[in-house]
Amino acid sequence: MTLFRGRRILAGAMTLVAVAALAACGSKTTDENTAAGVSADVSGDTVKVGLLNSLSGTMAISEVTVRDSIMLAVEEINAAGGVLGKKIEPVGEDGASDWPTFAEKAEKLIREDRVAAVFGCWTSASRKAVKPVFEKNKALLFYPVQYEGLEQSPYIFYTGATTNQQIVPGLDYLKAQGAKTLYLVGSDYVFPRTANKIIKAYAEANGMTVLGEDYAPLGSTEFGTITNKVKSSGADAVFNTLNGDSNVAFFKEYKSAGLTATSMPVVSVSIAEEEVKSIGTQYLEGQLTAWNYYQTTPGAANEKFVAAYKAKFGADKPTSDPMEAAYVSVYLWKAMVEKAGSFDVEKVREASDGITFEAPEGLVTVDGETQHIAKTARVGKVGADGLIAEVWNSGQPITPDPFLKSYPWAGGLS
Amino acid sequence: MTVLIGQLFTGVSIGAVLLLIALGLALTFGQMGVINMAHGEFIMAGAYTTYVLQQTISAAGWSLLVALPVAFVVAGAMGVLLEFLLIRRLYARPLDTLLVTWGVSLILQQLARDIFGSPNVQTRAPDLLTGNIALPGGITVANNRLFILALAASAVVALTVALRVTPLGRRIRAVVQNRDLAAVSGIATARVDRMTFFIGSGLAGIAGVALTLLGPIGPTMGTNLIIDAFLVVVVGGIGQLKGTVIVAFALGVLQASGEYLTTLSVAKVMVFIAIVAFLQWRPQGMFTLRTRSLA
Repeated sequence: MTLFRGRRILAGAMTLVAVAALAACGSKTTDENTAAGVSADVSGDTVKVGLLNSLSGTMAISEVTVRDSIMLAVEEINAAGGVLGKKIEPVGEDGASDWPTFAEKAEKLIREDRVAAVFGCWTSASRKAVKPVFEKNKALLFYPVQYEGLEQSPYIFYTGATTNQQIVPGLDYLKAQGAKTLYLVGSDYVFPRTANKIIKAYAEANGMTVLGEDYAPLGSTEFGTITNKVKSSGADAVFNTLNGDSNVAFFKEYKSAGLTATSMPVVSVSIAEEEVKSIGTQYLEGQLTAWNYYQTTPGAANEKFVAAYKAKFGADKPTSDPMEAAYVSVYLWKAMVEKAGSFDVEKVREASDGITFEAPEGLVTVDGETQHIAKTARVGKVGADGLIAEVWNSGQPITPDPFLKSYPWAGGLS
Repeated sequence: MTVLIGQLFTGVSIGAVLLLIALGLALTFGQMGVINMAHGEFIMAGAYTTYVLQQTISAAGWSLLVALPVAFVVAGAMGVLLEFLLIRRLYARPLDTLLVTWGVSLILQQLARDIFGSPNVQTRAPDLLTGNIALPGGITVANNRLFILALAASAVVALTVALRVTPLGRRIRAVVQNRDLAAVSGIATARVDRMTFFIGSGLAGIAGVALTLLGPIGPTMGTNLIIDAFLVVVVGGIGQLKGTVIVAFALGVLQASGEYLTTLSVAKVMVFIAIVAFLQWRPQGMFTLRTRSLA
């Protein structure tokens, strides 16, 4: 009897899934039919922009701060008169650390709220999920986080670093420090896997050996074995592309295993000031990070940004690279719109080339061809105060090269 | 050799974590047959209890020690409340219990989000537990892992003793073995059920305290643990503690060695395949309790 009942439940569940799948297909076709008719609603005295970040789940640790700094930029711009005389009206959505949710919310922001541009996404998985949505609807996304490169979409502006502005300089730094062997640890999704492919190509061309690579699912908190493998490999340095709060578990385990920044330094590319604070300085002191901006970066523009952020969100809140890139992205969009004299997506894109902005990280310039921006690369060391102090920088902004065309060793990657 | 021993220790410590999260379930699901999907949220409650206590008592070591009994009572009380309000009305309807407790688990997750915010939080570990003990031969044993191992061992011992020698334990075993006969013998089975649920849920709270030493605390942490917990209890066999203990450590060592030889994801697949194969061979689990009850 129970067996039959079980089968009936199973059959019911299957039917439900089938119906849901059919419904999904159905809605897709209607979308395509009307896709051309969507454009931003700028008829009122405000212009809506979408903010799409994870406010819950494993990525919230990082993405909430990005949302905060976008809000700061929006408020500053509104206080100074808005964009083309219109006040910006932000519409926030929660991507919930779930990639299909990101796509769904992007669709909602574009089609229902009819926003002029969307600011957000953190993981490459979420960006890849929303990319077709933006391309289909011909809407604009400003993506503020460093990523694995090898991508270029006419409807995405990448205001974080591509690989030649972060990972490659980070590797150059390690090479200069005399590191000969590396161990790669990352989360199991597109950014770490692609980044590690690039790192391996770089290592091969530069006489370095990669002793091992390991991936943990996003949100994974069991790092006993990976730490053992890292430790027994005896590598000169670890290149860490873990994302979200897996880093908490990894660094706790790393310290428990007796590994330190002097015995085996870790270079991280997704740990900024905010993450240092929540992982705990006791676990991270002395470890290295590669970014384009630190809270400690000198300059008047940064002093103003840090002061404004702390005044709004609390004196104990640090500022970080993705936050800065997100803050800058709103100003870049404003400059593009003003240069174009219109909110029209195609006109904004045409106007983008050569736009510059005196950002907290220093001068940034939009490259109209790749829709990335020229940025200065930096390597920093986590201090006892939880802030990151710069130990090296590239001296001048590096031109974005998302497909690494100017690096002969990267030939086989894209 | 060093690596092998290090890996063995990692496996055993993964097993200890599995054991802690499954022990409470072995009581509520294993002994009482209640499929409680909210068990993971009781673990979460224990973890958040540690977090709250650390906000109040700033010394990390003391707050952890105080958290153990407090988390036991907090999670246990939540369990009793759940049993009293919902589960006791559904003892004859296991599938409905599954749905109801799943609903409760979603409500508790949202509650945690509303109280503590969606981003995960962390606790500071006491200095004593962040270090490690170096053994000869370059083997290091992490203190927090040792602590969890000791905690799991004491929980098993305490629970075994409680079930074997205390009057309550005798009553629990009587109810498990033959509910009707226990009832006619004058045992208040409803009260025994409530106490069993209190202890089982309380153990989940203790597991929550232990987990704060390893990773972050978040509203969804329970969902990630509940599947592992059920696997351990199902494979171990219903109605017995020793099956749960053996299977927890076996799966831990299997996971660690698989992960060492391949990758984390492949190791997970290997563990699942091993479980499926085992259950094909012994659907009733490793050990079963023979009873004369008619159910």
